[in-house]
Amino acid sequence: METVIASKKANQVVFSETLEALAEYDKDILIVTSDSRGSGKLVPFAQKYPDQVVEVGIAEQNLVGVAAGLASMGKKAFAVSPSCFLTARSLEQIKNDVCYSDNPVKLVGISAGISYGALGTTHHSLHDFAVLRAINNITIVAPADNLETEALVRKAVEMDSPIYLRFGKKNMPENLKDDVLGNANEFEIGKGRVLREGADLTFIANGETVLPCKAAAQILNEKHGVNCKVVSMHTIKPLDAELIFEIAEAGQPIITAEEHSIYGGLGESVASLLMQNGFSNPFKIVGLPDDHTVSGSQVEIFDHYGITANGLTETALDLIKK
Amino acid sequence: MTTQELKQKSKEYRQKVLKYIYNAKAGHTGGSLSMVDILNVLYNNVLNVSPENIKSPSRDRYVQSKGHSVEALYVVLADKGFFPEEDLLTLCQYNSPYIGHPTNSINGMEQNTGGLGHGLSICSGMAVAAKKDKSSVKVFTVLGDGEMAEGSNWEAFMFAAHNKLDNLCAILDYNKLQITGPNADVVCLEPLDKKLEAFGWAVKHVDGHDLEELSEILNSLPFEEGKPSFVIAHTVKGKGISYMENVIKWHHGVPSEELYDLAQRELELI
Repeated sequence: METVIASKKANQVVFSETLEALAEYDKDILIVTSDSRGSGKLVPFAQKYPDQVVEVGIAEQNLVGVAAGLASMGKKAFAVSPSCFLTARSLEQIKNDVCYSDNPVKLVGISAGISYGALGTTHHSLHDFAVLRAINNITIVAPADNLETEALVRKAVEMDSPIYLRFGKKNMPENLKDDVLGNANEFEIGKGRVLREGADLTFIANGETVLPCKAAAQILNEKHGVNCKVVSMHTIKPLDAELIFEIAEAGQPIITAEEHSIYGGLGESVASLLMQNGFSNPFKIVGLPDDHTVSGSQVEIFDHYGITANGLTETALDLIKK
Repeated sequence: MTTQELKQKSKEYRQKVLKYIYNAKAGHTGGSLSMVDILNVLYNNVLNVSPENIKSPSRDRYVQSKGHSVEALYVVLADKGFFPEEDLLTLCQYNSPYIGHPTNSINGMEQNTGGLGHGLSICSGMAVAAKKDKSSVKVFTVLGDGEMAEGSNWEAFMFAAHNKLDNLCAILDYNKLQITGPNADVVCLEPLDKKLEAFGWAVKHVDGHDLEELSEILNSLPFEEGKPSFVIAHTVKGKGISYMENVIKWHHGVPSEELYDLAQRELELI
């Protein structure tokens, strides 16, 4: 089993540190937590700015309803809860009180995907992209590295419409972009980031799966002479159609990867866009299958389903052969 | 307004609720008639809300948790000048903004409701924001008795009491009937006052059709400093129309022409 490269900080730690820095100067920033400040790495924030914390206890429906009320009064409310609960238990509040009512709540799904590993399916969120994509009036973002995360949080503070931010627990690199690609500091919601250039195949991924895609691209280049482009498609909605068309027009195979069910997430979103616009590139969606998820740590589960550098390398070679 | 003026308003509101539901051939008749006196008192004697200040941060907030009784709210808001009353002739018609539940696309409506058990959480968030801003904004919601079974309400009851939201007032339109039958047969709410007091709320009972008593009680908030206030307003579903009172089928029943005329004649005699 391979060890995934780890860097300095989990994206959810970068989220809390960034928000803490901003909260000093913006007293309208509030975190709303459901006994989740510990998992959200928000204890330092809460100690420093106790007046900017609203604790609802383990009551996720109330969490989102309260956040909607706060946002309607002009507060920059970040509703922070494990994404498994936030996007299931309180889905009706997200749909009605946030999106339909147009209350600009910032919904923060922490420990997303299979971050909780062996805690099992109750604690996994492999449905959140799917359910939120089908709700009108919400932006959905799953950043890959620390740089994207910090930029995202800064932009989310100023957004006047609902947004879902999805963070995982694993330490991620500060910046996944190859140096040769120039200024690494650009980040725009709704615009994919090209992390590596290549003309033979493209990986389009988001969140923590961008890391194994990047590693697979390295192996494919060094061992197989295959040059892959790697894109962090951090924003699922609105999807960066312009970049996806640009990739598809070159005719190369496309692999999508996500820490989500293969149904209803990034992969189907890209596939739908391509098919409805006349593209028929070789295409493969990598994610968690429609099955009871195997037990184990996040690394073990990724390994089981081939969401690893080696697994993605094999998938790429198979797709190129077809 | 004086009690006499309020009485005249209630009569007109009931006539209009019936008129627009009859015209639309759709609406929640029984619950609109049971809560219209509460809205009458709120908008005419309690809330500092008007078309002139509806964008002001310092206005009071009203969110109707029992969104299905929107017809009563439409009629009261039209009367207060938030939109022309004739707009209500489009109620529930194709492409009309006047749909079967409150939406904030209508001038004067704060939030979109309709799913039950949502209003109190939203209001709790508003009340927290008002406290943080040290503003004098008061926040009100009207709950239906059927939706008291929603767990989210009880999450909010705990939260509001814990945060000492004495700028929050929840009013229960306690007509004691829901679509399946009496609350007592569906899921019993009693002893409601004891439950809410145990949850940390200050509770008062009121006759929900006694305009004077409603005015008095809703102008004596908070009932207790440091506690959110709960008004158990005892009401009659279908109030004011003899054949509708306490009859479940009028939950969302629309009268025939004959029964419509009869209802308007009965209301005229009030």
